[in-house]
Amino acid sequence: MKLELLSAVELGRKIAAREISSREATTYFLDRVDFLDARVNAFVHVGRESALALSDQVDQALSSGQVASPLAGVPVALKDVLCTDSMPTTCGSRMLEKFQPPYTATSVANLLQAGLIPLGKTNMDEFAMGGSTETSFSGATRNPWSLERTPGGSSGGASACLAAGMAPLSIGSDTGGSVRQPAAFCGVCGLKPTYGRISRYGLVAFASSLDQVGPLAHTVEDLAASLQLLAGHDSRDSTSLNEAVPDYSAELERPLAGLRVGVIREHLEHPSLDAEVRQAVLRGQQMLKDLGATILDVTLPHTEYSVPTYYLVAPSEASGNLSRYDGVHYGFREKAENAEGSQLEAMIARSRSQGFGAEVKRRIMLGTFALSAGYYDAYYKKALQVRRLIADDYRQAFGSVDVLLGPVTPRPAFGLGENMSDPVQMYLEDLFTVGANLAGIPAISLPAGFSEGGLPLAIQLHAPALGEARLLNVAYQIQQARFFEPKIAELS
Amino acid sequence: MTSMPYKLVIGLEVHAQLSTSTKLFCGCSTEFGAPPNTQVCPVCLGLPGALPVMNQRAIELALRTGLAMNCQIDSVTKWDRKNYFYPDLPKGYQISQFDQPICGEGYLDFPDPEAPGEMLRVRLTRAHLEEDAGKSMHDEAGGKADSRIDLNRTGTPLLEIVSEPDMRSAQAAKAYLTELRLLLTYLGVSDCNMQEGSLRADANVNLHLEHEGRTVATPIVEVKNLNSFRAVERAIAYEAQRQFEAWKKTGQEMGQAPKQTRGWDDAAGVTVPQREKEESSDYRYFPDPDLVPLRITQQQLDTARGELGELPAVARRRLESSEGLKAYDADVIVSQGRGVLGYFDALIAAGASAKRVSSWIQQDVLRTLKEQNLEIEDFPITAERLAQLLVAIDAGDVDNSRGKDVFQYWLDTPSANLEQAKSALGIESVDRGEIESLCRELLEENPQVVAQVQDGNLKGLGSLIGAAKKKNPNADPKLVRQLCQAMIEAMG
Repeated sequence: MKLELLSAVELGRKIAAREISSREATTYFLDRVDFLDARVNAFVHVGRESALALSDQVDQALSSGQVASPLAGVPVALKDVLCTDSMPTTCGSRMLEKFQPPYTATSVANLLQAGLIPLGKTNMDEFAMGGSTETSFSGATRNPWSLERTPGGSSGGASACLAAGMAPLSIGSDTGGSVRQPAAFCGVCGLKPTYGRISRYGLVAFASSLDQVGPLAHTVEDLAASLQLLAGHDSRDSTSLNEAVPDYSAELERPLAGLRVGVIREHLEHPSLDAEVRQAVLRGQQMLKDLGATILDVTLPHTEYSVPTYYLVAPSEASGNLSRYDGVHYGFREKAENAEGSQLEAMIARSRSQGFGAEVKRRIMLGTFALSAGYYDAYYKKALQVRRLIADDYRQAFGSVDVLLGPVTPRPAFGLGENMSDPVQMYLEDLFTVGANLAGIPAISLPAGFSEGGLPLAIQLHAPALGEARLLNVAYQIQQARFFEPKIAELS
Repeated sequence: MTSMPYKLVIGLEVHAQLSTSTKLFCGCSTEFGAPPNTQVCPVCLGLPGALPVMNQRAIELALRTGLAMNCQIDSVTKWDRKNYFYPDLPKGYQISQFDQPICGEGYLDFPDPEAPGEMLRVRLTRAHLEEDAGKSMHDEAGGKADSRIDLNRTGTPLLEIVSEPDMRSAQAAKAYLTELRLLLTYLGVSDCNMQEGSLRADANVNLHLEHEGRTVATPIVEVKNLNSFRAVERAIAYEAQRQFEAWKKTGQEMGQAPKQTRGWDDAAGVTVPQREKEESSDYRYFPDPDLVPLRITQQQLDTARGELGELPAVARRRLESSEGLKAYDADVIVSQGRGVLGYFDALIAAGASAKRVSSWIQQDVLRTLKEQNLEIEDFPITAERLAQLLVAIDAGDVDNSRGKDVFQYWLDTPSANLEQAKSALGIESVDRGEIESLCRELLEENPQVVAQVQDGNLKGLGSLIGAAKKKNPNADPKLVRQLCQAMIEAMG
């Protein structure tokens, strides 16, 4: 049986029905990682022993009738930004190369509670800063559909491991599009939930007011099933929402007749939008129409400010969040030998200059500058004001439509190294995704076929805050109508 | 002081550790004196992925304090990050409050140390909550350069109370701090134990001088970490003199030199320049995105107001007006803390006269507490029991000096009631006839005293009282004196 062709939910059903044991499934995917990952570099750590031990436990629980969840026994890959007490957490950085957290992220603990089996930790841009998984201290991840291209970022390992069939489900994090953009580049589904829907406890912070854990999978049904486990209030995260978690799977079958879909004019008409991506969005629009939805033209007038706003807010918060990496308490430390002046300052400066990579340093400097006395009002404070305008744009739009439709990225996966010398170009790739993070609303990236060059294309749907059930419902109906089929890249 | 050629200007920043059992943003214990790094968790260590969650108790205590200090309380308060690198600051920033402190402007009145019965007022700028840092310990013995860090204290809740520069003498600064400490202990918001660092003060000091027809201000100096009342007084007095000498030498005025930070060397009795934590004090404050702004409800304020209890200033007034004590006596009682005041009130409630209670507390009770190093809560003689004695003295059933014997007896035998104590000490009432014959006996035995008194020297009567007490310890000294004098005059 080719398990990589099953969705996570299908695999869960087979495990629950005892057609296959969790140990067999776990072994199967671990073996695929062993066989394929030398070419993809999606994993930075594989926890074979712990995964197998865990799968035995789950098998035992299943045989005694204690079925924890529809995904019990199903393997899952975790982005290396999520703290795990049984595996290292490096965040793609030399700074945390040997860091072993003494605790587990709430989101991961929820999955463990439901009987999922973590296979290992997936590669990412350093501290989730980047759009191509090239800034990782563990080296770049490659796109399984074209090994000379990036899988996107920063959850590039999380999307590539799915595209290569090395895991049936993976968990990433999305600060400015880091789940949706790699999902788009790798031809899988990715969900960024409402800010606060999933606990951030144990998610290593990049930009606290934007970060959100999000699942990646082959099917919308898998996204719904995993969100069901990940979502909920956490008393250890004061930004976590104290709202009931609906039954996401129950909503999936709802017909789309009467649905109002807004097509984001500024996104569809944007000059940087690739023609094939635009065609994919128009195909999505047509399909929604065929499914009974009404299509409306909507405008998000502050779209052009979203990237500059994001690149002030996120680095500002990051500059604070990354201050703790000073070489004092844990992680990378460089000695201050032969330094002039204060040994302490030299140790901190050397640890930070050698422990962090170029992109992280760039953002720390950007953020430090934007927050410094004399510039705060002109940059940081102004960015917060614009952020509110952007959120208002969405609120306004959702006054007349249920979901918004647009592209995920301006173009399909770009080549490795292509944007590395031009950070601004790299930042502009986030144009269509950062708005959801600034506004705190949920958004989903769905596969939309392939370009002529054989690269995955994608469309994006947005919903109002806490509108995940509707968002997943619309996405599921699109998938059921065979808008896309789950596909695994052949790596022979 | 009055002849000084300058006006001294002093403002205090006081850090009070709040009496919560757990830290400001996690559940770790705040108990003092545990072995290093045993009261820590991922949150207070600032480990990657850990998030702060606010301690509601700290908010309640801060509100209570703010109301007692007549502060303005706004309906919204928020948390900010204060960024700086220091080894005992695990996150690289301190969570504090910048532009929206929990307590705004207020004031505190306190007895003027130089004018009995008069009050002074210090205006308060604000009081804000913040987390404490850890403790660095440097071991340079024997050429070593070891630094160790104890993070038990990190995250301990502090209320920083910032005054306006309203104090004009070291004595006034000390008196303000004394009153503040008394208030905080009355409120039960802090134990204010200065040895354990629960109350620490920084003093901002400068001078205003009349020079060539205009007022000149010297550069402000902040004297850090004063941890005793004596240190506050001495450091300010020293700093005033030092600034005056420095000004005479350099003529440097405010604005011509940056604000300086100095430390107090208690052993040497001098202030010494300190290295600043940051070159410039650009802390890059910004709202902490991990903590949502806090709404203060009317209900919270009402609850806090209901928990204020009687404040020291009100208690002083009550003791003066309702109980008829002198201002000095009222202040002594109130300044001993809520426990002693409660003891006083219990004695009064049981019918003893205020003046007698006041004198017994000030002399016998306080002396015993000091000698035996006891708190009033542990004092062996209950208020009910002591009240019986004082009522008996007021009624003339026990004379005051025999009462002291009962008091001493109770210290060792607190279970004895008044009757038992009296019988153990042989205390019984003596009738007037017995005393008269006793006096006659004494005069016969001491003809030289009789002669002295007849010569107008009344001192000799004292020795007669002593002799009378020896013959009959229950003899009332006043009556003995009165009768002896009358008899000698009659012999005249």
